[in-house]
Amino acid sequence: MDSVALSEYLVLSAILFALGVYGFILKRNIITIFMSIELMLNAVNLSFVAFANYWNLLEGQVLVFFVMVVAAAEAAVGLAIIIAVFRTRQTLNVDRVNLLKL
Amino acid sequence: MNNTTIFIIVAVVKIALVAFILLTGVAYMTWLERKVVGHIQNRWGPTRVGPFGLLQPLADGVKFILKEDLVPDRVHKGLYILAPGLALTMSLVAIAVIPFGNAVHGIPGEGAAGSALQITGMVQDGSIGDINIGLLIILGATSIGVYGVALAGWSSNSKYALLGSLRASAQMISYELALGLSLVGVLILSGTLSLRGIVDGQISGHPWLGFLPHWYIFPQLIAFFIYLMSAYAETNRIPFDLPEAETELVAGYHTEYSAMKFAMFFMAEYINMITVGCIATLLFFGGWHGPALPFLPPLLQSLLPIFWFSVKIFVFMFVYIWIRGTLPRFRYDQLMAFGWKFLLPLAIANIIITGLIVALRG
Amino acid sequence: MLHHVLFIIFGMICVAGAINLVAQRHPINSALSLVVVMGSLAMIYLLLGAEFLAAIQVIVYAGAIMVLFVFVIMLLNAGEEERTQGNHFALWLGAPAVATLAGMLMWIVFRNDPHKTVALGNMLGSPDNTHGLANLLFTKYLLPFEITSVLILIAIMGAVVLSKKEG
Repeated sequence: MDSVALSEYLVLSAILFALGVYGFILKRNIITIFMSIELMLNAVNLSFVAFANYWNLLEGQVLVFFVMVVAAAEAAVGLAIIIAVFRTRQTLNVDRVNLLKL
Repeated sequence: MNNTTIFIIVAVVKIALVAFILLTGVAYMTWLERKVVGHIQNRWGPTRVGPFGLLQPLADGVKFILKEDLVPDRVHKGLYILAPGLALTMSLVAIAVIPFGNAVHGIPGEGAAGSALQITGMVQDGSIGDINIGLLIILGATSIGVYGVALAGWSSNSKYALLGSLRASAQMISYELALGLSLVGVLILSGTLSLRGIVDGQISGHPWLGFLPHWYIFPQLIAFFIYLMSAYAETNRIPFDLPEAETELVAGYHTEYSAMKFAMFFMAEYINMITVGCIATLLFFGGWHGPALPFLPPLLQSLLPIFWFSVKIFVFMFVYIWIRGTLPRFRYDQLMAFGWKFLLPLAIANIIITGLIVALRG
Repeated sequence: MLHHVLFIIFGMICVAGAINLVAQRHPINSALSLVVVMGSLAMIYLLLGAEFLAAIQVIVYAGAIMVLFVFVIMLLNAGEEERTQGNHFALWLGAPAVATLAGMLMWIVFRNDPHKTVALGNMLGSPDNTHGLANLLFTKYLLPFEITSVLILIAIMGAVVLSKKEG
């Protein structure tokens, strides 16, 4: 047992991804749904870094860098949209914002 | 006793020593602050407790320990206790990667698993191993320290605390940008993120004009001032201390805290000030580089770098306290405009110009 | 051996944080458990030799993006979740679906050779993780790098416009 198998890192990534999907489907608060999306992105980052180490290529880490940048941009714009929705609907529950009419 | 045991023992001794010196330094910095601000305001400062008021920090410490620990009724218990602990822990993490000087020879266990003059380093085959992303760890610890402030206000379940903590954390994350970008100029010149590597880059070489050492303050003067101003805003000190001023928002984010937890916030703030002084000396003033005094015995000579390092940090602490006694404070909108509209573009311009000059020089 | 022990410790902290994120009802608790997940993922990146990415994960993800989430939760004063009809539907249909997804992914992973191992720490061929990444980012992948900077500019403008008050 001198080294960890690659599949162990990928299993961890799969579990985190599945939990992110579960949070995305289950929760009703917009902000928590958004956080589940961030969890999914992090799980994918982990598998990229694991593969980068396995194949000894730094391209995997470059892609993780870009994923982080895109996640930051998406979080900023998404939270601005959430604030705008909250201002009109006064609620953060997705079940109550299912009609275009107020 | 094999090498691992010696290594662990030396590491524990180093941690205890640095923690003791740091906490004593923080305590006496409060004494220095009250004395200096008092003299600036034409009064004495503490004089009654011990000669020149030197035992005042001791009295304050006893007060903090013995005071009644009030916990208001409807606070969010877990976060209320977590917030000061998080602030203090992150300040100490930043101190852990700071090198204090060159290796002092004669420590048992050196050469096998020797210890460098910092909490996290190790001597291997003559060269001192250092964390090669030391500067990023300090920036990361500062970023996580914002949570201490934000959660303190949220968990206190009080309007003043919430508003104060929102303002304080917005201020801290705005000035983090200018802080990080102002250090990139130094990184372009030094080529490494390791703190020991940055200092080594400043020590070597023939001095300019015969007496100016190769410290990075000379090519990066503007970056130094941007760094200093951003650091004052990060540590919530005058002229940027609107979130915790007593005449605003009661006491800001630590309104509902008393006794030991308030002391933890207090200590975290002063340890952050010491970290800012350490980074300024390491990156801009050559760290432990100073004139060697040949008339001293060899043991004191090998401890001389630590002495120069402490002198430089003391100068920075004095400037902090001096500015506190002298300047008024910014209004909140002036503060945010200054950080976003002035310091950030200036820092980016500094990076562009530094990069151009380094690239054109080949 | 140490690699395995550290991986198991930080992996369990990750999974515990992720389960806590899904299980908690108040969004601030979910946000803080996501911060814990990101911190332990940064430790796992250190195990994989990506020390620059670990530092960036802490500075950008845990120290800026999650602070933004915590701000919005504090500003909007988000309360605990209420139980609506959609909740039951999601619970009874969602849980088996997600378990199937996780099972499929893990089966695909375990079907491959479990002896492919991952080395602890350093990657060969570059003096430093920072040097290697910088080399790639500024030579081979310069165009995506510049495009992401334009993307951030667009995101900043979008966020400022979207959160302005009416009138």
